[in-house]
Amino acid sequence: MAYSDKVVDHYNHPRNVGSLDKNDPSVGTGLVGAPECGDVMKLQMKINPETQVIEEAKFKTFGCGSAIASSSLATEWVKGKTVDEALAIKNTDIVRELALPPVKIHCSVLAEDAIKAAISDWKRKNAADAPAEKPASSAAQS
Amino acid sequence: MAVKLPIYMDNHATTPVDPRVVETMLPYFTDTFGNAASRNHEFGWKAEEGVERGREQVAKLVGATPKEIIWTSGATESDNLAIKGVAEMYREKGNHIITEVTEHKAVLDTCKRLEKDGFEVTYLPVQKDGRIDLDDLRKAITAKTILITIMYANNEIGVVQPIAEIGSIAKEKGVFFHVDGVQAVGKIPVDVNKDNIDLLSISAHKLYGPKGAGALYVRRRNPRVQLAAIIDGGGHERGMRSGTLNVTGIVGFGKACEICQEEMPVESARLRGLRDRLKEAIFSQLDEVYVNGSMTYRLPHNLNISFAYVEGESMLMGINDIAVSSGSACTSATLEPSYVLKALGVGEDLAHTSIRFGIGRFNTQEEVDYVAARVVETVRRLRELSPLYEMAKEGVDMSKMQWNVH
Repeated sequence: MAYSDKVVDHYNHPRNVGSLDKNDPSVGTGLVGAPECGDVMKLQMKINPETQVIEEAKFKTFGCGSAIASSSLATEWVKGKTVDEALAIKNTDIVRELALPPVKIHCSVLAEDAIKAAISDWKRKNAADAPAEKPASSAAQS
Repeated sequence: MAVKLPIYMDNHATTPVDPRVVETMLPYFTDTFGNAASRNHEFGWKAEEGVERGREQVAKLVGATPKEIIWTSGATESDNLAIKGVAEMYREKGNHIITEVTEHKAVLDTCKRLEKDGFEVTYLPVQKDGRIDLDDLRKAITAKTILITIMYANNEIGVVQPIAEIGSIAKEKGVFFHVDGVQAVGKIPVDVNKDNIDLLSISAHKLYGPKGAGALYVRRRNPRVQLAAIIDGGGHERGMRSGTLNVTGIVGFGKACEICQEEMPVESARLRGLRDRLKEAIFSQLDEVYVNGSMTYRLPHNLNISFAYVEGESMLMGINDIAVSSGSACTSATLEPSYVLKALGVGEDLAHTSIRFGIGRFNTQEEVDYVAARVVETVRRLRELSPLYEMAKEGVDMSKMQWNVH
């Protein structure tokens, strides 16, 4: 299986690896995928409550090279964007940027899900007295 | 000493042809190129001599007589011929076949085909160590059972089945016993008489011979096994397998078997030493690594390890100057991880993290040390990237999490 140069680059030099404090109210955490499916992505964003700008993004991924590259790219892309702009990122954008083959499209879907899950988590934390809403595609943190 | 890269350590997939084998084959391409079935000139006779010498060499390695060796294109064909050939020939006697869940696809898919054709197949489970339970086998045999087909050693985990015991049960019950011997023959002692094997599939390219050459041992007496051919034609190979013989391949196959037989005691001890060295280096430096399958009943040159929290394909990408293979779904066309590991009860999460090392004749200790170092370094790097490793270190019980299975 040949990987595109961009996938190899992200795999060898992943951007923004790490973790943010998940208990910080300005941090949204998205944890998507499942170990038995062979990929789990954790994407975290620190969001400025005033400007809604994503100031920091970190990821950790268990998965193939394309999954690592998709999540690494996602952190690069969301940084500096507003929440609404980040929500507009589509998995197809990731597929195009990384030249993912059809068998790896699910990696890009997972990255899009991770962005959405992190943002819903942040919204849930910050929605004053709104009922605790389960983020749609994030795994429950138990 | 610097090692030459890339390093090939995937010797269960295939092996390089031994230079001594190549040398033996070469004249058969250009000088002794005759058709072994040409009975009326020198070219044919010389080719036939080569073929018959090969037959003796292959037969000798497994304790058979030359007449019991049928040439095929490889072990997939041998498995097909053995199973379909017995099924068709003995259909009147019964329609039940017993195999196991961790067989190679050449056996499993052949059995599935026969199921569509009215046969009943029992797929024996394996225990945690990868071996079948002999009581399960005894219980599965019925008056309708005509064939038991169990592999000698598994291609992924190298686990060796209790073949001699299965052979005696088969003999006692009057059921034919076919063994896929691809991974074992030439590596560990295999004897069709001591093991009570009636049919044995062998492949040349797994024992330092050329690709495209295979054999099926078919017992001629006590009991005599008859097979319905699946390829019809000129009636070659006692009518069991028509088609012009692959003379060069057969000559190489024979030579490869001769070398394996001569060198097995020394070679298997050396490979076991290297395998144990690799295992020791990995286990002494990494936590949460697990061997898949029995270490006791195992081919000397196989190691199959799950590196928890590190997905197999990303691992292969990290050690891309080393050729090994992974049981992870991502490396194959299917999205399911290894069915062999699942059958052992290895969780799907760990099945996705498995790597198979197959050490071979041409691997050196320097290479093993290099591989161990690269593996350790890559696992450490990828664990730094793994959310699962982080959660494990935090003490999160991942089995209790609600994962979003997609």
